[in-house]
Amino acid sequence: MEVDSPVPFAKRKSLKLPLFSAKVQAGFPSPADDHLERSIDLNEELVRNPASTFFVRVKGDSMRDAGIHTGDILVVDRSLTPSDRRIVVAMIDGEFTVKRFRTLEGKVFLEAANERFPRIELSGDQELVIWGVVAFVIHQAR
Amino acid sequence: MSRLALVDCNNFFCSCERVFDPSLIGVPVVVLSNNDGCIISRSEEAKALGIPMGAPWHEQKEVIRKHGVRVFSSNYTLYGDMSARVMSILRDEVGVMEVYSIDEAFLELEEDFGLEEARKLRSKVLRWTGIPVCIGIGETKMLAKLANRHAKKNRERTGGVFEIRKGEGAEKLMAEVGCEALWGVGKNLARRLAGLGINTALDFKRAEPRQIRKSLGVVGERMLREMNGTRCLELEEMPPDRKGVMASRSFGAPVEALEELEEALANHVARASEKVRRFGLWATRVDVFLQTNRFRKGEPQYCPGAGVDLDEPVQATANLMGIAGKLLQRIYRVGYRYKKVGVMLGGLVNESCLQPALEFGGIRKEPRVDIDRIVDRINRRLGDRKNPVITRGSMGVSKIKMKGEGSGEAVKARGWRMKSGMRSRAYTTNWSQLAQAG
Repeated sequence: MEVDSPVPFAKRKSLKLPLFSAKVQAGFPSPADDHLERSIDLNEELVRNPASTFFVRVKGDSMRDAGIHTGDILVVDRSLTPSDRRIVVAMIDGEFTVKRFRTLEGKVFLEAANERFPRIELSGDQELVIWGVVAFVIHQAR
Repeated sequence: MSRLALVDCNNFFCSCERVFDPSLIGVPVVVLSNNDGCIISRSEEAKALGIPMGAPWHEQKEVIRKHGVRVFSSNYTLYGDMSARVMSILRDEVGVMEVYSIDEAFLELEEDFGLEEARKLRSKVLRWTGIPVCIGIGETKMLAKLANRHAKKNRERTGGVFEIRKGEGAEKLMAEVGCEALWGVGKNLARRLAGLGINTALDFKRAEPRQIRKSLGVVGERMLREMNGTRCLELEEMPPDRKGVMASRSFGAPVEALEELEEALANHVARASEKVRRFGLWATRVDVFLQTNRFRKGEPQYCPGAGVDLDEPVQATANLMGIAGKLLQRIYRVGYRYKKVGVMLGGLVNESCLQPALEFGGIRKEPRVDIDRIVDRINRRLGDRKNPVITRGSMGVSKIKMKGEGSGEAVKARGWRMKSGMRSRAYTTNWSQLAQAG
């Protein structure tokens, strides 16, 4: 399916309203009204800040041991501040990469979760390198 | 004393491309208009190469090749989504704002919103969305616009944030700015001002109101007062339940021919639909009316109207013209001398109200809206409201006023078929086109 028109999360409130809603009966509120529930919207859980949240597709296995695999979807929230051990999307050599953010002895590194990939030390302005912090990973169980 | 801020996204389309493609950082980037015709957005690096705004792409191919300029077709899906994100961050900041265009908004500031807050807001937008903005603050729209221009031109010194305060500093700044750089002053107006010996923004600010009124009319006088800190242009907030936008005008001389009415109506539709789009709205009803001159006793009178509710929300000029044109044909009668024709776009809805006749939350895309956005943008950039650079005729044929040409000169645009060979992906709106991270 192609969605080729801007669909800002913030405005996409497609929450289904509950089908049952006790009719107002004169004077007596229905006890069921206290238990009104909406249907579940996954966005509420995964997208805490719609304006700053982007989805990124994983390609490669550098984060394999952290349970992040090719084809997974990263929910990246750019409003989060990176801190030690958070998984981030960074820009290295003109490409996006997903790595673990490390601060060790005053230095900043990007660390893979796969022994085949070397640790990368970040020098200079890290704001220019860190694109966003990964809030959730969506992985298809199969 | 109330103040306004103008928040303007820097090189917006190029900046959007850059957010999702790290290989574009530090290299010259340009974005082309819909038909891959002209350059409509340039990164700072591209500007430094001397690539002019609006230049036909093919004329710049040599520079582009030589300097490895990265070229993109316009990707309005992406730009629209990024714009909505920026605007929602701004909206969280202030109570009242006007979304002026896809990449600009005026904010009504609280008393305690100063430069420090502006800097914080700027860095928040940058961090959250990746889009750099400049913020200009002033007592009026014109002053905020001028402050924004200064912030942008001197980004290193200002950090992209500047406030014009009354006093010598402001006057010194205005002395260095030519009139044509003022908001609402086009080339023509600047020439007329020069004729009065008014060359800089400061000259204009100090001009005699009576003289300005005499030669530039009420609009000019209003601009003069804006320059002196008196607000004449209010924020155009469009409340969501806004009933509609009307556009009509009386003819100078009575009109009888259907073709002439169609032409006038087309102009009105273009203006009304531009406004609707500017506020991110769609029309769900179109009404057209005709009037004869009721003061001419003895002439046959006829003041019909017709309207239609639309199945799907519409905002594209061409589509609305089609509908309005049919309504006009339905009410038109031969043998009357018409004084006025007008259109009303009603039942305005925003994106969140669009009928969910959509599959999976995707909004059905209305064809041709992209073209309108381009036209709106060009007109806003290069023309003014009274003198749009591009006007639309009734048959979807456009008259494009070329540089140096008289207003009557018409250039027929060959079909609105889109070329977009270099479009980037719908990074934010299509699951199969997300950015990839290794």
